[in-house]
Amino acid sequence: MTAAFRLTDSTLRDGSHAISHQFTVEQVRAVVRGLDRAGVRVIEVAHGDGLGGSSFNYGFSQVDEMELVRAAVDESENARIAVLLLPGIGIKDDLVRAADVGASVARIATHSTEADISNQHIVLAKDLGMEAVGFLMLSHMVSPTALLEQAKRMESYGADAVYVVDSAGAMTERDTMERISVLKSGLECGVGLHAHNNLSLAVANSLAAIGEGIDQVDGCLIGLGAGAGNCPSEILVAACDRAGYETGIGLTELLDVATDVVRPLSPHQGVIDRDGLMLGYAGVYGSFLLHAKRAAEVYGVACDDILLELGSRRVVGGQEDMIIDVALELSNERGARDANN
Amino acid sequence: MTACAILGSGNIGTDLMYKVLRSGELDLRALIGIDPDSEGLDRARKLGVAVSSQGLQWLIDNADQVDLLFDATSAGVHRSHAPTYERLGIVAIDLTPAKIGPPVVPGVNLRDHVHAPNVNLITCGGQATTPVVAAVSRVARVPYAEIVSTVASDSAGPGTRANIDEFTRTTSACLEEVGGAGIGKAIMILNPSDPPIMMRNTVYCGLKAGFDSVQITESIMKTVEEVRAYVPGYRLKGRPLFEEGPFATPGGIVDTRVVVLLEVSGAADFLPEYAGNLDIMTAAAVRVGEAIGAAREGRKS
Repeated sequence: MTAAFRLTDSTLRDGSHAISHQFTVEQVRAVVRGLDRAGVRVIEVAHGDGLGGSSFNYGFSQVDEMELVRAAVDESENARIAVLLLPGIGIKDDLVRAADVGASVARIATHSTEADISNQHIVLAKDLGMEAVGFLMLSHMVSPTALLEQAKRMESYGADAVYVVDSAGAMTERDTMERISVLKSGLECGVGLHAHNNLSLAVANSLAAIGEGIDQVDGCLIGLGAGAGNCPSEILVAACDRAGYETGIGLTELLDVATDVVRPLSPHQGVIDRDGLMLGYAGVYGSFLLHAKRAAEVYGVACDDILLELGSRRVVGGQEDMIIDVALELSNERGARDANN
Repeated sequence: MTACAILGSGNIGTDLMYKVLRSGELDLRALIGIDPDSEGLDRARKLGVAVSSQGLQWLIDNADQVDLLFDATSAGVHRSHAPTYERLGIVAIDLTPAKIGPPVVPGVNLRDHVHAPNVNLITCGGQATTPVVAAVSRVARVPYAEIVSTVASDSAGPGTRANIDEFTRTTSACLEEVGGAGIGKAIMILNPSDPPIMMRNTVYCGLKAGFDSVQITESIMKTVEEVRAYVPGYRLKGRPLFEEGPFATPGGIVDTRVVVLLEVSGAADFLPEYAGNLDIMTAAAVRVGEAIGAAREGRKS
């Protein structure tokens, strides 16, 4: 039986956010080995903010991501290795290097209204012989028809598939199904969903998308990822088994790597705490969470105040520097209030 | 007065026209485009500025009238025209990413290049952030500097969008070559919010132990005032912040980083106020033009 959709596991990319980009070569090898054994066919490896993301603004990687990609390619027997690139953060040279060490899927991510900045990178990915996937971040911020217009641009540059990316974990099932069905009927290329769990809807939204006939879905082991986490790969596979959707993936093998390798990295992953929930509620990019927690501590302000203010300013992915800006303003406002009392 | 012309009647060229007309040192002889019906040429006519839609040919025919050319076309056009400018003895101030001449940032390295036949203004992010990196590296060692430049989606034209890689690479190189950082990294973000956001820039400089935070702060504040002299909408969003690490940067482990939050609003000459990113380019171009003109005439600028 053929699988109902293709699962891309992003533990080693989105999961990198949850551990502040500290993955080691040994950890990458162990995760790839487990996923490959379970039958996962695409595994994404990169800094959480994509190639070139290692920085003051997003956090420095412990190990050069090209070393991690190379190790993943070497370890994998069947799975293909994917990388993520955000134009404006990573550059074409990064993609060339990733292809050189054996990555064969390029996922090119832009904000959901800025697809035209992905043109040169999608073209390059195809020239390098890679599969090219467009990634429209913060898809909840635009209407389904506006999203389709952007997705069509990516398709016109040569994308083999375009993803609805719920970076803030803010989408309900209805939001998801509307966007997936509009993209499915308006595009020739494949359609994917990347869900986050800030409102505890990642698995439900993914199942809804599979019901709409989606081609690709992202997951992360134990949900390891930005914000309150991603769609947990092992729970999605279990739910698909129950719902009668073929995945081609062995649940036991997946649970083995989730439990033995990934769980020790983040014992509390899966808990949706006050701040994680607030991301989904305010519609804020998930990877802001740990940076906001740190800034709250440094500047003595409440983390959820920072997140709500970022939401009202409608900041987009990549604007982590605005966290310091907001924390500083909140701290100055409080100083002024205290002085008046 | 230095005789000059502007080639390119799009957003940048038209905004630049208003600023050149206000300069007491530059004499604008023409705004040159290729489309006689462009809004830029129309506005120039109404202001009494001579116009031409003959492009490069006008310059060839009127070479004796012009000492200085502001090129606000595109990298490709600038590359193909540059040898002609040089043959005609016209100094080119390049507002495209062609990067034929040395990168120039007023207040940092302009004095070194006032006699160059062609100078390049890098990128808006480079103009906005390099002065701050240079201000820090004048008084401390900066093994690694990083900038995040966020602009309103509406203010990034199709050229910038199609070439975002060139923006990031050129700006990164400028942080090293002109800013004095050991390693530079630039990040560019487009924000589609409505109403549009002001141009925002954040500068991070890694600092090794032994730096003097008072001296660094003073150097940054002084530099911001110098930039404000030609870009009035350039401002700090608070005093520089010193944050404790350690941070494992590509330039080595540093104990501290200084964070400088900047906002740039434009003068709203032609482009709206939020387009500080375009304004900082045109304002820097006028400053560079005045300095080159003064050097040619042996005046003090």
